[in-house]
Formats: sequence, structure tokens, C-alpha cells
Amino acid sequence: MERRDFLKMTGIGLGSLLLPAMHGRVIAAEALLTRLDVATKKKFADIALNAARSAGASYCDVRIGRYLRQFVITREDKVQNVVNTESSGIGIRVIAKGTWGFAATSDMSADAIARAAREAVAIAKANSKIQAKPVELAPVKGVGEVSWATPIVKNSMEVPIKDKVDLLLGVNAAAMQAGANFINSILFLVNEQKYFASTDGSYIDQDVHRIWAPMQVTAVDQKTGKFRIRAGLSAPRGMGFEYLDGNKSDRVELPGGAIVYGDSYDMKEDAIAAAKQAKEKLTAQTVKPGKYDLMLDPSHLWLTIHESVGHPLELDRVLGYEANYAGTSFATLDKWRDKFRYGSDKVTIFADKVQKGTLGAVGYDDEGVKTQRWDLIKDGILVNYQVIRDQAHILGLKESQGCCYADSWSSVQFQRMANVSLAPGKQAMSPHDMIKDIENGIYIIGDGSFSIDQQRYNAQFGGQLFYEIKNGKITQPLEDVAYQMRTPEFWNSCAAVCDEKDYRFGGSFFDGKGQPGQVSAVSHGSSTARFNGANVINTARSLG
Amino acid sequence: MSIYTEEQAKAILDKAIKASKADQCSATLNGGFNGNIRYALNSVSTSGRVSDCDLAVEVAFGKRVGTATTNSFDDASIEAVVRRAEELARLAPENPEFMPTIDKQAYKASSTFSEKTAAITPEYRASVAAACIEPCRKDKLVAAGFFTDSQAFSAIANSKGNFGYQKTSGIDFTCTVRTEDGHGSGWVARNLGDVSKFDAKSEIQTAIGKARGSVDAKALEPGKYTVIMEPAASAGLISFMMFGFDARQSDEGRSFLSKKGGGNKLGEKLFDERVTMYADPWDEQAAVLPWDNDGLARERTPIITKGKVEYLQYSRYWAQKQGKKAIGQPGNLIMVGGDKSTMDLVKGTKKGVLVTRTWYIRLVDPQTVLLTGLTRDGTFYIEDGEIKYPIKNFRFNESPAIMLNNIEEIGKPVRVADDESPFVMMIPPLKIRDFTFTSLSDAV
Repeated sequence: MERRDFLKMTGIGLGSLLLPAMHGRVIAAEALLTRLDVATKKKFADIALNAARSAGASYCDVRIGRYLRQFVITREDKVQNVVNTESSGIGIRVIAKGTWGFAATSDMSADAIARAAREAVAIAKANSKIQAKPVELAPVKGVGEVSWATPIVKNSMEVPIKDKVDLLLGVNAAAMQAGANFINSILFLVNEQKYFASTDGSYIDQDVHRIWAPMQVTAVDQKTGKFRIRAGLSAPRGMGFEYLDGNKSDRVELPGGAIVYGDSYDMKEDAIAAAKQAKEKLTAQTVKPGKYDLMLDPSHLWLTIHESVGHPLELDRVLGYEANYAGTSFATLDKWRDKFRYGSDKVTIFADKVQKGTLGAVGYDDEGVKTQRWDLIKDGILVNYQVIRDQAHILGLKESQGCCYADSWSSVQFQRMANVSLAPGKQAMSPHDMIKDIENGIYIIGDGSFSIDQQRYNAQFGGQLFYEIKNGKITQPLEDVAYQMRTPEFWNSCAAVCDEKDYRFGGSFFDGKGQPGQVSAVSHGSSTARFNGANVINTARSLG
Repeated sequence: MSIYTEEQAKAILDKAIKASKADQCSATLNGGFNGNIRYALNSVSTSGRVSDCDLAVEVAFGKRVGTATTNSFDDASIEAVVRRAEELARLAPENPEFMPTIDKQAYKASSTFSEKTAAITPEYRASVAAACIEPCRKDKLVAAGFFTDSQAFSAIANSKGNFGYQKTSGIDFTCTVRTEDGHGSGWVARNLGDVSKFDAKSEIQTAIGKARGSVDAKALEPGKYTVIMEPAASAGLISFMMFGFDARQSDEGRSFLSKKGGGNKLGEKLFDERVTMYADPWDEQAAVLPWDNDGLARERTPIITKGKVEYLQYSRYWAQKQGKKAIGQPGNLIMVGGDKSTMDLVKGTKKGVLVTRTWYIRLVDPQTVLLTGLTRDGTFYIEDGEIKYPIKNFRFNESPAIMLNNIEEIGKPVRVADDESPFVMMIPPLKIRDFTFTSLSDAV
């Protein structure tokens, strides 16, 4: 399903959630609970590995995937749709004559699997004629038969649909009672059952879970014809249904009284707040454009990190593989060699696929590499990128960092973003401490509009809640706020980062890349951070 | 086997409809082939071909709806998919906005299929890549591109006797050419139903010319400029605006087409007199299926006529609630223009900016459809009717609702596609005054 079809399905258009891609066929809810047994998967994998070897492959990996998704879509007092989808099949990637080849099939018969393996080898051999240099693959030691699972408490697929519907309709009713004119709320639940095998001797079975509960609350003033939307402040997470428990200990009260959430989310409380804040936005003071010090909450900053650090430090973009679509990167290899100052000395940004509860967390990536954590920017200096096995040698690395991912058994795995996070400040500092020193600033909470150029220099970000800060105190809510930035100047203006007690996650459930397009899910952690002298514009316009 | 004939498709759909014991049943069968080749750094990176075919069955008991799909079409599988849909329908909550399946429709076939496109081979795809890579290699340039082709069929039927079948095909080509030092970048795109009108060797020259011509770009101050937007550049803004044409959202007060005090702006003149857009499934250059996602027959539908809003998209539910007739939702968007090419518009421009491509367009404010995004891969300064020099890319903050009031001149429409748009579009090059650039980008 394309993003545009999704919009149609949810019945929400302009000004609403913009989300891409989901694939698969519709299945019954009970079918979401079944699994293919490991012995069968190993048997299928061995058929593919043997067929590929016999056909002349020097390397082969096999991914047997069962991708389950459930969507519960509501507005106000209505359930608009409940959809369960499943997509399963086998993707086979080979190296023959120094060249990659790939083929995939949903037919899980021995003949079809062997045929697909031979087809992958044939494609590799055909493409080898125009291959300039043979593939250079960083070594991976086979791990034998192992497994990994997202450490969930409650499997979302086991929660009855009725409970999910009741939850969302309860959230909607609470928002409407609190004065909302409209609310759209959604549950997205994902379970990737992935089995990886390779000629390196690995047989890796993984069970990956993700959850997202976005909503949009709208307030309308018919008299003035004005409307304002306040989106939910939840984060998509690599967790089970326990994320929606709304534990009091995960609730954070920010300066000015806004409530944000850590490792669990109180959707109803946020909906009530959203209704009140959407109304407040209708009459909030429009921002005076100019230079401000920005105080950015993690619910906002994740997207800035994603766009201005995560993407430019993907090595395939740096090299030019994404030049026709997603673009290249300003953070070129010569800058890396010259120890480019990406940010101030307050800025240490690391990549990982291991932080608990994150969207990127897995035991092994989609080419069998054990996941890890590494620095991208250390004390402001660019020190590394994100690579996969056939790129590691370009940086002189002896092993891949484990950034390989495919969004389906039928897609070729390629380099995707790991979790990319801003390390918390080393000195004790809370958001309440941080605000005290800001004379003329804006506090931004929640992610909003976002756009960045194809080399990741020039970006513009909006948000959900904006508060004016004068002489260390919040004075009033603001509207029509967006800041424009040039990536290196922005990160060099980072004056302070709150400590680890304030560290929270945001993330993207549907990060798009590649042609044909693939999606991936990725988290970004940070504590509240301060950026001095940002250029703020006013986005209000008149249509006459 | 992924391309079924009309008879084969009808037999499968009939079996599904007949197997259903629900109050009503509708079924769709879609299948086809999709081939692609991707290249970067003057070398092929991936290529492949995917075939797929799915039967989707939707049934209803009262206001309870269930949907299930399968990719097996033997009798037992068809029976099973219908039973599963029925089971889901019985478990589903009642949908208060349920609408009965559509009555029998009369579909007039449109020209959406080309035998030549359907006959594209892996060798042809490789030749497209080679046609782009070879001149670039010779000229110290670097090509990165993507060519994709499809052939498919779509068949629909329901328990009220409705049936439709049609084949479709198409190609989409994009290529970015960069200078080796990364100081210049040019782009070309072509979207067609019939591949025989496509010539990669000739198309690539556009991207090569722009890559060479965009080296050593100068910086202009951000501000309001007269711009010449190539069709692909303005298509992204215009199609974004169409999300706001939803009748329900407009009536609910949350669209730029909502009226102060309630209701919507249908019938109001909101754009320049010269702005006329319509949908037409039978348009020769931009034909689409003669039915929409609900199976409703599409018609030639005026959307904006001489600046006046003539169409809002009513879902069947909202149409019934508002006492309106639901019509098939548009699959294409055709903007009326003149005969002038982009370069003709440049010739008539004293001072301005030529924009090849726009990028990363996102909604800033739904109230005014304010969009932000950037220019990319070929932005030039125009003076006295000539392209004078390349300029650095700009970020814009502009509303298409304002842009379409600032029209200076409209050229000849060409077919364009945008990967974030639901429409096949015919969009002319546009000359627009006071287009708002808010900052410079160093990106090449």
C-alpha cells in the first residue's frame, strides 16, 4: 500500500498524519499469533543455500520473513477500520562473479526456493558484465543457531481487538469532552518474524515488535474560520502493548506545565491536554520573526537529529548511491578525514541498534551482523558513519556496524539508519535548570513540519507546542513558529544538553529511502538541548 | 500467471461473489508485473522484476464489514477467502458510516494499456541505464537513475451485478547527473503510458546540460521572485493542495476550503482567472482507469474553472449525508494551458528564476496550505529572456493557493508524476510572480 492509499484508507487528508507504505494481504486477527517453526525455516534456508552454492555463488544469504501488521483506525466515536495484514516469503541474496544478485518468492516449496536461488545467481552473473569492481565483503563469523526477541511484556497481537477499540474510543471521548472538535487516533502494531541464514554458518531467528499510537486533535473556531491541530506526544517504540500502560513514573512535567512521556504513554491524558492546547493555539500570540535561543524537548529534537545527523552520515548517501532520490551528503569523506567540527563540544552523537525499547533494536542485522553501539560525532568532531558489510573497507573498518535492513522478504536489504541519538550532558541539568539562563528564547515541544535539502544542509522544522521564554521564564504560548537552520551552524550553536535523567526517545515508524522505496523504523534519543541564536520565521499567511 | 484475461478474471470474481452468504459482497482482482533497474556512480546497482496478484473480498452483514485477501485462486482458496471475510465481518463493530456496495455501473474504457510497454525486457531496461551511463562516463559526469515499468490488470465485481476489467501499463524514468567534483547537478524525469514515446538517449541530454550549466552557482538574496516553474517543479505543490479538496474536511472547518461561519467554498473564485483544472479518465495523454477505488464510474469532472472551485471530493457517505451525488473520484489532474514551452516562458521574462525540480515538500500550515520545500538539480537566474547563470538552491515557503493567484503566464501542459501524489498529472510550465524564497541552501 502506498502512502496515498493509506491516506485514503484512514480518511484523513491535508493537515493530518502523513504516513507511507504497508504491505501484505489481509488476514484474521488470530492468524497474527501463529509462527513458522524454526526447523522448517532452517530446512528452507538450507535448500536455498545449497542451490545457490551449486549454481556458482561464492556467498549467499537467505531471509525468511513473516511480516505481520495490525492497524486500528478511529475518529471521534467511530471505528473507521481494523486491518490485519500478513506478508511472508523468502528473499535470497548471492554474490557470484563478484556481483550481487537477488531473487524472492512467496512460494515456499522446495522447487520454488531452489529456483529463486538459481535466479539470483543468474542475475548476479548477468550484472557482473557491467560491474566495475567486485564486491568486497567485511567478514562475519557464523554464529550457528541463535535467536533474539524484542523484550516485550505484552504481545500487542495477543490483545483482543475489542480492548484496542475500547482504548481508542475512550481516548477520543476524553478529548471530545475536553473541548476537541475532532480527533483521529490510530494504533499501528508490527511483528517481524525474521529468519536469517548465510553461507557464513549463521541461522538467526528473530522476533521483532513495534508499536505506535499517534493521534491528532483539532480545534475549530467557526466564527474566525481558524483551525489548529495538536498531534499526540507519544513516540513509536520497539515495545509491546505495555507502552500504553501510562505509568505515573514515566510522566514528565516540563517547565510551563506541559506533560511528556518516557517509557510508557498515557494516551488519554495526552488527548485531554491536546484538546485544551489545540484550543489555546487558536488564540496564541503569533511569533515575531528573529533570532531566538531554542530549548528543544526530545519529543521535538529527535526529528532534527534524524534529518540533520542520521541521514547525512549514511555512507551510501555520502558515496552517491542515493543521488537520484534521497540525495547525497555534505558530510563527505574528506571532512571525516580532516576531523570536521560538526557541532560544539557539547555534541556527542552515537549510533546503535541495541538500546532497549527502541525501534532499531535487534540482535543481528539483515546480513547477520551482531548489533552494537558506536560514536558518529565525538565532542563535536565527525568520527564515523553508518556502514554495512560491502562498505566497511571504504572506511578501513574490519567489520560492519550492522546497519543492514530490508522492509520485506521481497526487498533487497541495504544500508539503513541505525538509532542515532544525542548523548546526555555530563553535568547535572534538568529542563527546569536550563530555562533559567535563557533570556530570549522559544521552547518547542513535539515534532511538526519538517523539510531538508538533498545534501542535508538547509532544514526547516515546526513543532506542536511553542512557548516564549523571557528572562528565564515562560511568558506565553506562541504560534506560527518554524526555525530554519544550516546543519553545521545549528549543531555548533548547541550550548547545553540536559543530563541523563531527561533522556527520552522519539522516532520514525516509516522512514523512506531507496528506489523502489523501502521504509524502516528508527528511534532517536536525547535530553532537552539548547541552541543559541536560531533563525525563527513566522509561518502565518493570509489567503485574503 | 499474473495477467489474467477478462474472461479468466470474471470467472474468479464470479466464483467469489457466488460463494458469499453475506448480505452483500464485492471483490477485486489486481495483478501484474513490475520491472525496474537502478543505477548510481555510473554502474547498475539493482534490477529486478516482481509479479503479484491478489483477490480481495469484502462482505457485509448489515453494517458489519469484513475484508480478506488471497493470492491462490483455486476453488477451495476462493471459498476460504470468502468465509474468512464473513468471519471477520461478524466480529467487526458496526460501522455507523457504512454504505451499501455500489449499483451496477457503466464503464467506458480508457486507453491505459500499451502493448509496447508490456513487452519491455530486461535488455531494454539495461539499455536505458546504458544510454544514461555511457555519455556521462565519457563526459566526466556521474549518473544515478531509476527506470521502472509496469503492466497490470484490474478487475472488479459485486453482488449487484457490477463488473469492470481493464489493463494498464506505464513507465517512469528519473535520472540525476552530477559533475565529478559535485559542483553541478541536473535532473530529468519522464512519465508515460506508452514506452514507444520514450528515448533515454535524448532525455539524458537534458540532465547533462543542466549538470554542466549549474556549476559554480551564484548566491542570490532570498526574497520574492518571478519564477518559471517547470511542470515537474510545480506538480508537487499543486497535487499537495488537492488533499484540501475533501468535502467533509472542508465542511468540518479544517481545510483551506472551509468557509468562515461554516460550510465550504465550493463555487467561489479563489484562483487566477486563467487557472482551469479538470479530471478526465479518457484523456489521451494521461488516461486512468474509468472507475475509482469504490468502483464508482469516473467522469470528466471540472475541478477549477476560470479560477472558480467547481469540485470537492465527497465520499459516498458524506455525499449522502449532505444530499449530494457521489461521483467517481478523479484519478488524474489536467491543468489547461497554452502552447509555450518552458524556454518560451524564459524568453518573455525580464528578471526571474528558473526552477527545474522541487524537493521535500511538506505542509507547514493546513489553514493556508503553506508548503515548504527546496529547489534542486538546476536553478538558474533569468535576465532579459535568457538564462544568465546558475544560482544556489533556495528554500521556499509558499502556498499553492497564493501561487495560483500570482500567475503571469501558462505554458503547454506535459504529463508528470510525483511519487507523493495520487494523480497522473498534465501540468504546464508556469510563470509566477512574487514566489517566496526564504533562505539559501548550499546543497548541490
